[in-house]
Amino acid sequence: MSQFTRRNFLKVTGAAAAATTALGYSTFAIGGASKKVVIVGGGIGGVTAAKYIKMMDKSIDVTLIEANKDYYTCFMSNEVLGGERSIDSIHFGYSGLAKHGVKVVHDWVTGIDAGKRVVKTKGGKSFGYDRCIVSPGIDFRWDTIEGYDAKVAEKIPHAWKAGSQTVTLRKQLEAMKNGGTVIIAPPPNPFRCPPGPYERASLIAAYLKKHKPKSKIIILDPKDKFSKFGLFTEAWKRHYGYGTGNSMIEWVSGSKGGKIESVDPATMTVQADVEAFKGDVLNIIPAQKAGKIAFDAGLTNDKGWCPIDGKTFESTMHKNIHVIGDASVASPLPKSGYAANSEAKVCAAAVVALLNGDKAPQPSWVNTCYSIVHPGEGISVAMVYAYKDGKIVKVKGSGGLTPSKFDAEMRAREEQYAHSWFRNITADVFG
Amino acid sequence: MKPRRVMTAGLIAGGMLIGGFVQAGTPSASMLANTCFGCHGPGGNSNGPATPTLAGASAEYFEEVMEAYQSGDRRATIMDRIAKGYTKEEIKLLAGYFSKQKFVPAKGQKFDPKKAKKGAKLHDKYCEKCHADGGSSPEDDSGILAGQWRPYLKYTLDDILAGKSEMPKKMMKKLKKLHKKKGDAGIEALLNYYASKQ
Repeated sequence: MSQFTRRNFLKVTGAAAAATTALGYSTFAIGGASKKVVIVGGGIGGVTAAKYIKMMDKSIDVTLIEANKDYYTCFMSNEVLGGERSIDSIHFGYSGLAKHGVKVVHDWVTGIDAGKRVVKTKGGKSFGYDRCIVSPGIDFRWDTIEGYDAKVAEKIPHAWKAGSQTVTLRKQLEAMKNGGTVIIAPPPNPFRCPPGPYERASLIAAYLKKHKPKSKIIILDPKDKFSKFGLFTEAWKRHYGYGTGNSMIEWVSGSKGGKIESVDPATMTVQADVEAFKGDVLNIIPAQKAGKIAFDAGLTNDKGWCPIDGKTFESTMHKNIHVIGDASVASPLPKSGYAANSEAKVCAAAVVALLNGDKAPQPSWVNTCYSIVHPGEGISVAMVYAYKDGKIVKVKGSGGLTPSKFDAEMRAREEQYAHSWFRNITADVFG
Repeated sequence: MKPRRVMTAGLIAGGMLIGGFVQAGTPSASMLANTCFGCHGPGGNSNGPATPTLAGASAEYFEEVMEAYQSGDRRATIMDRIAKGYTKEEIKLLAGYFSKQKFVPAKGQKFDPKKAKKGAKLHDKYCEKCHADGGSSPEDDSGILAGQWRPYLKYTLDDILAGKSEMPKKMMKKLKKLHKKKGDAGIEALLNYYASKQ
């Protein structure tokens, strides 16, 4: 079982000696000494990693630092917007982690000293680690849309981090008059949850059709194609006459002038490439980058995302720091909740092995991503991933989309499986 | 029945040791299984409402089902696409892993006690021979039915009756006989019975 060769042993003890000298005290774990992991970020990636490290090796000391006490899943938050689900049903806390023996600290991480292996917080605390896992999620590029910033977003929500903005947007939809216009502006690639904006349009449309049938949704997109394109547009054709002059949903692609340049909150007007659009409810989802701490800790590349080693998710910028979830460059793995959960388990197994002087095990990943295109209709994309020749690769012959030919029975089943997915992944993460 | 079950598990584990030469570069059983939990629940015990529990399934049954998904013999929404991502060896590892987990019956499923009672009788007559102990045993390499998620069982039976999924001949014969004699109400009664086993 053990990959603990003599050469590895020399390397490891050498590193341990070096660590001891540099710090004056030994934080490096070997043969019964303390093994400390600090996890930064309590989203899907961070919480999964914390729980799985504890499940794999109880002797490892695991601390998770997260600013918020309440977590709202982004997945299924579009059902909240459509009125199919309550905000409480996507609310989770951190009591599950405590049961697994993870120390949860609610504080804001201000910096990570990769040399000294210390995480620092706004509350003035320092946490030493042997290995640190950063799961920072995403941040927005506020400089890309004139007139739109974090403050404006409280009124004109992006709702791309679920929670209070999800509630705000839902209330705005409820308050909107019949015959109103909802503008959704999806971000350019790459971004969190590629099918998300289009599921959002679908579920808002279902709500409007039922309660405010004269209303309209305009999607102003900088892209010419999007995730699950054929499946979404097929559903829109069936339900809303998409493609006709009378469609409830209108999608303006990048090449047709969908890219937006500025927002005027006072007049609720969005200036796109070619013309201006006035809306009653605006949902602007800006371009994205890795979460702030990834920048502060020097974990990002020139594109604003965190390069990693595919086998361990250890940062290629700083040793002993691992980055998982949406912020990492783990392509072909997508920026999805399921991928974050899968990456976290691979990372946890690697961290446990490395802390025990072992070699990181051979990884395996899955991504399963459901979208609800209409209440009672689900679609999916799935893929199995392997690690080959130093790279994360799609397993040939596996995965793909829901068959394009509409089959009411199978779409109904997929909706049931999507809801099962939600219950099971949240139990796997927070339970 | 307990000791017999333990013995079966022992034989499977033994078989794994003899035939289980694992190729370098193949992920471990737990590494592979970890990727299933997001849909099938922690440890393979699903929280429903539809996705089936994998925990406790006999290894041979698990392998058969995965191979049927790969070949298209079993109708699927998504498992055909996922099953194709695994080698025979990896499926064996997954099968071994889930066969060693404890099956937890689905909680909170609605059922009609009257129909469940009728279903119990139908189960005894048509299904018990292979799905032993009231459908709760994985012996004879049969799927666990008692306490499985109801929508999943319904989809599976619907697909068999519609000729869209292949099943062992014995099962096809029995199921068709039951359906012919008792109609959809008979299937409904069976589903109520399995849902009642919580």
